[in-house]
Amino acid sequence: MLSDVDPVGAGFKPAPTPTHWQSAVVERVVVETYRARTFTLRLDEARPFLAGQHYDVRLTAPDGYQAQRSYSIASPPNYQTGTIDLTVELIPDGEVSPYFHEVVQPGDELEVRGPIGGPFTWTPDRGGPLLLVAGGSGIVPLRSMLAHREVAARALPALLLYSARTSDDIIYRAWLDALPQGDPAVQVSYTLTRRQPSCWSGYARRVDPSMLSDCISRLSQLAERNGAAAADPICYVCGPTGFVETVADGLLEVGISETVIRTERFGPTS
Amino acid sequence: MVTRGFFGRRRETPPRPIPPGQYLERGFPVLTAGPTQRVPLDQWTFTLVGVDGEPLGEWNWEQFRSLPETEIFTDIHCVTKWSKLDTTWKGVTIDDMLAAAGVSDVPPYLMAFSYGGYTTNLPTWDVIEGRGMVAFEFDGQPIAPEHGGPARLVVPHLYFWKSAKWLRGIRFMPQDQPGFWEQYGYHMYGDPWKEQRYWGD
Repeated sequence: MLSDVDPVGAGFKPAPTPTHWQSAVVERVVVETYRARTFTLRLDEARPFLAGQHYDVRLTAPDGYQAQRSYSIASPPNYQTGTIDLTVELIPDGEVSPYFHEVVQPGDELEVRGPIGGPFTWTPDRGGPLLLVAGGSGIVPLRSMLAHREVAARALPALLLYSARTSDDIIYRAWLDALPQGDPAVQVSYTLTRRQPSCWSGYARRVDPSMLSDCISRLSQLAERNGAAAADPICYVCGPTGFVETVADGLLEVGISETVIRTERFGPTS
Repeated sequence: MVTRGFFGRRRETPPRPIPPGQYLERGFPVLTAGPTQRVPLDQWTFTLVGVDGEPLGEWNWEQFRSLPETEIFTDIHCVTKWSKLDTTWKGVTIDDMLAAAGVSDVPPYLMAFSYGGYTTNLPTWDVIEGRGMVAFEFDGQPIAPEHGGPARLVVPHLYFWKSAKWLRGIRFMPQDQPGFWEQYGYHMYGDPWKEQRYWGD
């Protein structure tokens, strides 16, 4: 008899509960880059969530027209704070992201619903080592995972490979650069695909299998140095569709099993 | 609740109504929890499975492609909020597959299952009488792997996660059971016009 396989690891289910629309007040707006802002929302009803999950946002015009979009949670899952951070990248010809960038200010009230999403979540019991690969604003849910790891699984070896167009496009740059200081089990690598500053020591090309294999061997050295048991990494890949396709295929090519690769894509195929 | 300062800036007005909360998308985004599956045609098979796990019909690619072809022209709606209008799919209707297998009496529910382990549940009613097909062409071309080729389920009147990519077969069930996304909080049925996105809708 044919059986249904759980493609993302048997037994891993975050036990979702039904969600409903609720009101949230914008507490803080942080300009991350020239096209990314983080909005701290105070929820009417704080709900437990997992790193990697997202919220839906619903905007209503005076004529009743509504627009909805999903935004990943950037903050770690300590829901007792009653707030979530959503980082929104500006899509110039978009509808909802320009509203966030041009109109939303502290004190505004928004309708949100969540948390939503299951396969693309990380909890410390999933273990590691962790290989996180971000393209552009795909860093957002991975930021929540890294922040969660900082408090809940600090010894767990983790490597972030973050692909951005230029150094001005790197979101959470200061936080990410500070992360490995005082945390020997984490490494952050950037690749800048369009333009690099002078004296750039990071990668300077699109992610390819040799870069992934380099990251995987650095991650295993990191694990060895930190006394962690040798194990194949578990991988989270988030970014534009084409980026995720390339990275996921590349991971398979360098011998990572598909059962440990979780992906989240946004935007159309080219 | 009216959102302060929001008046709607639709990129374009839909030529006909689209379901609530959706926006028009010209491209073709991808919702997949893992890597894209690449299934060689010479290894591809499709199986209809009865409620006790017994095979009711099995086709290799050549046998599958010798079944009657049907084309449908339809709009599709993804739970992640995009809708894509005027898509053309060519494939074999579930009716024709059931007829070829000589199955006339169908149980009320089914689980579509895919290469890579994806599953999604549907009432059988929603895939018969022309409502669902196993498609192998999108807009006149073989379906690209990232969009579910070589063959995917197409059930356009439900949110598109029900239209399982990389389809490997259909297993009939006496009762409804949640598939992959459904276990993670997506709606058991998924009617876009009733906005049945998640549990509780």
